[in-house]
Amino acid sequence: MKRWWIWMIAGLLPLQALALSGEEMMKKSQAAFLYPGKDFKARVVMKLINKDGQERVRELTMLRKNLGEPGGEQKYFMYFFQPADVKDMTFMTYKYPAKDDDRWMFIPAINMVKRIAAQDKRSSFVGSDFTYEDVSGRDLEDDNHVLEREEKIGGRDCYLVKSTPKGTDADFGYKLTWVDKANFLPLKEEQYDKKGIRYKLFTADEVTDIQGIPTVVKRTMKNLQSGHRTEVAYLKTGYNLGIEDSLFSERFLRQPPRKWID
Amino acid sequence: MSRFAAVCAALLLAPLAARAEVTLSGFLQQNTAFNTVEANPDGRHYKWLEERARLQLDASGSAWRLLAKGDLAYDHLGRQDQSELREGYVDYTAGNWDLRVGRQVITWGLGDLVFVNDVFPKDHEALFSGRPLEYLKRGVDAVKLGAYPEFANFELVLSQGFRESRIPDARRFRLYDPMPAVSNRETIKPGQGDVGLRIYRDVAGYDAALYLYRGFQRTPSMRPDSMTAPTKISTFYPQLSVYGASVSGRAGEGVLSLEAAYYDSRQDRSGNDFAVPNSHTRLLAGYQIQPAEDLSLGFQYYAEAMNDYGAYLAALPAGFPVEKRWSHTVTARLTQFFRHQTLRLSVYASYNAGNGEHFVNPELRYSFTDKIWGAVGANFFGGKPWGQFGQLSRDDNVYLQVRYEF
Repeated sequence: MKRWWIWMIAGLLPLQALALSGEEMMKKSQAAFLYPGKDFKARVVMKLINKDGQERVRELTMLRKNLGEPGGEQKYFMYFFQPADVKDMTFMTYKYPAKDDDRWMFIPAINMVKRIAAQDKRSSFVGSDFTYEDVSGRDLEDDNHVLEREEKIGGRDCYLVKSTPKGTDADFGYKLTWVDKANFLPLKEEQYDKKGIRYKLFTADEVTDIQGIPTVVKRTMKNLQSGHRTEVAYLKTGYNLGIEDSLFSERFLRQPPRKWID
Repeated sequence: MSRFAAVCAALLLAPLAARAEVTLSGFLQQNTAFNTVEANPDGRHYKWLEERARLQLDASGSAWRLLAKGDLAYDHLGRQDQSELREGYVDYTAGNWDLRVGRQVITWGLGDLVFVNDVFPKDHEALFSGRPLEYLKRGVDAVKLGAYPEFANFELVLSQGFRESRIPDARRFRLYDPMPAVSNRETIKPGQGDVGLRIYRDVAGYDAALYLYRGFQRTPSMRPDSMTAPTKISTFYPQLSVYGASVSGRAGEGVLSLEAAYYDSRQDRSGNDFAVPNSHTRLLAGYQIQPAEDLSLGFQYYAEAMNDYGAYLAALPAGFPVEKRWSHTVTARLTQFFRHQTLRLSVYASYNAGNGEHFVNPELRYSFTDKIWGAVGANFFGGKPWGQFGQLSRDDNVYLQVRYEF
């Protein structure tokens, strides 16, 4: 009889977890998915597959460095291996929260570094089904996030969060994200158009511990309307490698250092 | 003694070679451009008809890198073997400086087919003959020293020999010639090299750069031995210095680029020599936006203002076309991708408001696979018969490029 209150608290616990707002959940998810480590490196192999099964391959090394806390500024450096006509091309992004990115591109054919316009974060990344936002993150402030319920994905307990754009200029209606309760990684995401029809599906296909950090090393984005999909594998991954700030410069865009781009 | 040197060299190079990563790549290419208005001055119907094979060797150690890009090429329009070393250099990279020695392509400035501070040699014929964009630039044989202290970045380019821009061949293009009857012609190339310095850094989120160049005009000037009864015309490259600056950064929804340069015509500072271009100022403003997915728009306004205009008018021989003091050009480029960025439509147009000079280059490029791409495009020219594009008005052409990369 004395312990009745313990049972009551135990009974309230899941409710308290649910009380963790959708906003906070997405913040934790963003930190786990896009910000782990001080820096990160991966050899990224993207397969663009059309509905008939024809494949094209985009292969690059991606380097990321955080400038501060999760949700803050980041710098990205990318070096392309494939396809052959973009080999040696490099690409650099300074990503700012709540402000347009700065982007630069090095075109080896004419040995020129060009700053490029970057206001459209919803456009395709190198022709894949992933947008720039899918690669480097969407500003959390752009959407309202509501925790809907809990659900299992592939045997793992997840929170289901519904994110609806605050503005009317967004090109989608809302999205649903299944966030793993244990490590906050997004295991599945569905994007719905303004009519409420599901048109894009993201799945985290393989999660591995790298230096103790759970990392999505295989993922797929599928366009449900066209049947086109993009499968991405992260190889040669590493965290906290001590990537220098000076790497993110015109100098190294022109001459990417071998030690970082293997 | 020589054996000793060889052993030393082997000892020095062995660890380098052992640790070097070597990659070989290249392409096979077919490139054809045919006339759409009339035949060339030489009677042929093609501006370009060529097969080309590229072999690229890329070897790198820890601080060293060797890159060699060689082209084997055969031209079917009379030039035959066109093989060349496109680039071939060695890089050495240290902590806050680096060095590149050999033939290399250098591009300065921000313009899109408009050159303000890009004082390095170009191949104008390649641009007008429908060749892939990389052939627009010619390499220079130079030493490039980069220094990167905290406060700014420095790029010093020293060339021992001068390399000129390639202008269209008079057998393939109709070039304006004020003295067509004089057939005795000689070309005098500068006996010395040139030097350029670029200093660049970030200034409050903008990319800012200063450019200094001391050398020669890359395109030739012509001087007859006599104005009244010429028997010989000398083609030469006048002395030139360029002082310029550029800045680019985000503005509104897009990227704004501003560039300016003063062209100091050292061989004719007073402007009295009609054969040497007068000193002048070049100004460029460009704006690029991405209004929709996979769509990019670029606009440029370019102006040239001649110094000593009075001296120019006074020195100009009778019968020569008169240039205006100010020249205003606007350009636009549209680039739209389709089919997961494997199909690209691009249209570039340039128009000079003062004299009607114009150039239009539409192109459609498709990647059939990750290794094979093809492009079809056209070059349309128009304007005054002596103008940069107007003289080529009957040289309009349609081109095809097909490349297999390996």
